[in-house]
Amino acid sequence: MAVATAHAAGHAEHPATSTGLNSRKMVFWAFLGSECMFFGSLIATYLVYRGRDAVGPHPHEILNIPFTSVSAFVLLMSSLTMVLALAAVQTGNVRGSRIWLAATALLGMTFLAGQCYEFTEFAYEGLKLQTNLFGSTFFVLTGFHGTHVTVGVIWLWSLFMMAMRGQLPQARALDVEIAGLYWHFVDVVWVAIFTLVYLIQ
Amino acid sequence: MATTTVDAIHAPAEAPAGLWGWISTVDHKRIGALYGVTAFIFFLIGGLEALVIRIQLMRPENHFVSPDVYNQMFTMHGTTMIFLAVMPLAASFFNFLIPLMIGARDVAFPRLNAFSYWVFLFGAVFLNLSFFFGGAPNTGWFGYSNLTSTQYAPGHGVDFWAAGLQILGIASLAAAFNFIVTILNLRAPGMKMMRMPPFVWMTLVTAFLIILAFPVITVALVFLLFDRFFGTNFYVPASGGDPLLWQHLFWLFGHPEVYILILPAMGIISEVLPTFSRKPLFGYAVVVYSGIFIGFMGWGVWSHHMFATGLGPLADSFFALTTMLIAIPTGVKIFNWLATIWGGRIDLKTAMLFALGFIAMFTMGGLSGFMHASPPADLQQTDTYFVVAHIHYVLFGGAMMGIFAGIYYWFPKITGRLLSERLGQWHFWLTMLAMNVTFFPMHFVGLLGMPRRVYTYAEHMGFDTMNLVSTIGAFAIAVSLLVFMWNFLSSLRSGKVAGNDPWGGSSLEWAIPSPPPPYNFGSVPVVHSRDPLWHKESREAALAANQVRGHIHMPPNSFWPAVSALGMTMLMAGMVFGWFIGIPGLVLMLAGIYSWAFEPCA
Repeated sequence: MAVATAHAAGHAEHPATSTGLNSRKMVFWAFLGSECMFFGSLIATYLVYRGRDAVGPHPHEILNIPFTSVSAFVLLMSSLTMVLALAAVQTGNVRGSRIWLAATALLGMTFLAGQCYEFTEFAYEGLKLQTNLFGSTFFVLTGFHGTHVTVGVIWLWSLFMMAMRGQLPQARALDVEIAGLYWHFVDVVWVAIFTLVYLIQ
Repeated sequence: MATTTVDAIHAPAEAPAGLWGWISTVDHKRIGALYGVTAFIFFLIGGLEALVIRIQLMRPENHFVSPDVYNQMFTMHGTTMIFLAVMPLAASFFNFLIPLMIGARDVAFPRLNAFSYWVFLFGAVFLNLSFFFGGAPNTGWFGYSNLTSTQYAPGHGVDFWAAGLQILGIASLAAAFNFIVTILNLRAPGMKMMRMPPFVWMTLVTAFLIILAFPVITVALVFLLFDRFFGTNFYVPASGGDPLLWQHLFWLFGHPEVYILILPAMGIISEVLPTFSRKPLFGYAVVVYSGIFIGFMGWGVWSHHMFATGLGPLADSFFALTTMLIAIPTGVKIFNWLATIWGGRIDLKTAMLFALGFIAMFTMGGLSGFMHASPPADLQQTDTYFVVAHIHYVLFGGAMMGIFAGIYYWFPKITGRLLSERLGQWHFWLTMLAMNVTFFPMHFVGLLGMPRRVYTYAEHMGFDTMNLVSTIGAFAIAVSLLVFMWNFLSSLRSGKVAGNDPWGGSSLEWAIPSPPPPYNFGSVPVVHSRDPLWHKESREAALAANQVRGHIHMPPNSFWPAVSALGMTMLMAGMVFGWFIGIPGLVLMLAGIYSWAFEPCA
């Protein structure tokens, strides 16, 4: 991920390519394909181990669907602000790009705050990483998702700093587009996790 | 490497000389050379580990090393040969050849390419540091749980192994992303997908396998590290965890990995055979489609490594069928290679001999592999020396023979000098003889019931003579490698000067000087056929690429990839050594990545 972040932000325009597709965008799609296998393996493990625990807490006793629905909504809204941020950069709207990049990062941080609260709450109620299979699979799966969101937030603040210094002109819209690809991907993964872990118990 | 006159004329960005120039290089040819030399050194280390194993097994009731050291030896031998030797040797060919073969000046992301190499180097060194910090991993190269749990593997060996494989995985992933985009996007005008040399096609399939297979082992290793460091329950039967989860995840990675190891070698010999038969590759399209089909099917056969775990008749039948099915595209390729040389004007140069050796030895390995496809037979063979014989016929007789064919074929392109044919022929026949002496008897001791990974065996079990023969063969392989190294070093200094095209090859790399100038092609070549140098019109177009027209833009050197790679490795090493390595690593990595991202690269 760090790899992709690094060169996503750092490469000058390439000459015309054989496929007509931009190389940086193509490498990022390949990276997302790889990420699908990563989260696919984590989710598959969660599903295989579901319902195997002899000791609780079990998912239905502890998962707070209304609370997580709100944080899922927050994360989905951040995809909307991400689209607005990209549109602002593409049209050369400097003020708009600053506002929407900051808004996306803040919504992402709100989601992370919700996750911190959720993890702490679960710990108080007796579910820890070591408690049972549910604890191990749940925390590792959602924890890796949260780590991805954290990287995205750092990436967004970096773009925000560039926008504040006037280093994010229309010509660099691709930098924001690729960050957007990452951000939307992380959102889509959350939709899958929310459905499979929280809603379908 | 390049001649100074050419540099003086163009000098887009003066590359620093000496060691610093190598550390900061982003030239795919230099990175290819670094990969090759590093991987070969690890190949020798893995070979020494094999010799220790063979000395220990030379006679019954032997005590040459202790059982624990023996376990470390077979674990590190397997891990080293697969992840530190064969894969990076293939990566060395990808790096050097792909841009030349598709008519490009470099890969799509030159700094990312440098990053891959440095991550590989640091990861490989980290893994081997385990020898000096409490002992190397000793749980076998596939690290079956729950042998890897803290209960059965209390030392740091398994931590080094798991963290080391994570680091190496990042190197492979970064390289694979790079080569996918390079192959799809940087082809010269006219180089359609179905005009690409077969080696480029096999590289593309391999790269896709890498980006889809490595995340799976990443997750498996994450679970393992969490179990060991944080007391989670992923592989802990007492808490309901299933050790078979590891096997499923590992082999879901591990079987595509088998094709990651062999497809590049198949690509290499698909280049060598046509050149030395003076005939185009027979059934080019079928060879390409078979490679793609293998890439897909490689995902549907993993459980044939697990027949002995008792998966039940349905799963056994399914995986037996898919395993038999995947033999078909492999067989198709073998017949295409035979049809390529059929009726050709065969020139038995060393490269050609190794390519023919590949076909023979790989077919034998394929046939014993095919025997494992049948669960009842497999149950007799699982965890015996029969499987060891099989894996060495496909990986030594297959992958390494293919790699040697490639070394003899492209050494003149890389260095400008030819390897000695006389020593080459010695090298080939010694290798061929020695590998069969070493590995053929293993089929028999295996079927007689000798388990693999066993420390020693009792007298009069029928194993004694054949083990001694295998050990003699292993030392003969070592001698063949000495011949090769002597050939390599002496030819490097005083080999015959090669010229642009010593073999009359068909693909673009033979149109340009040996060694190629830093920018490869003076102007972008235009491709008119599948074998550009073998047709009159397309040959002229390809040779015209040597003329420099206009300004050549080359990426400047950068040392941030090496800094980022060092930081990332230190961060991972922190898991074993402690925060005082990990935290500086994190800082270094972030500094490296941000400097890289904001470095001007015009």
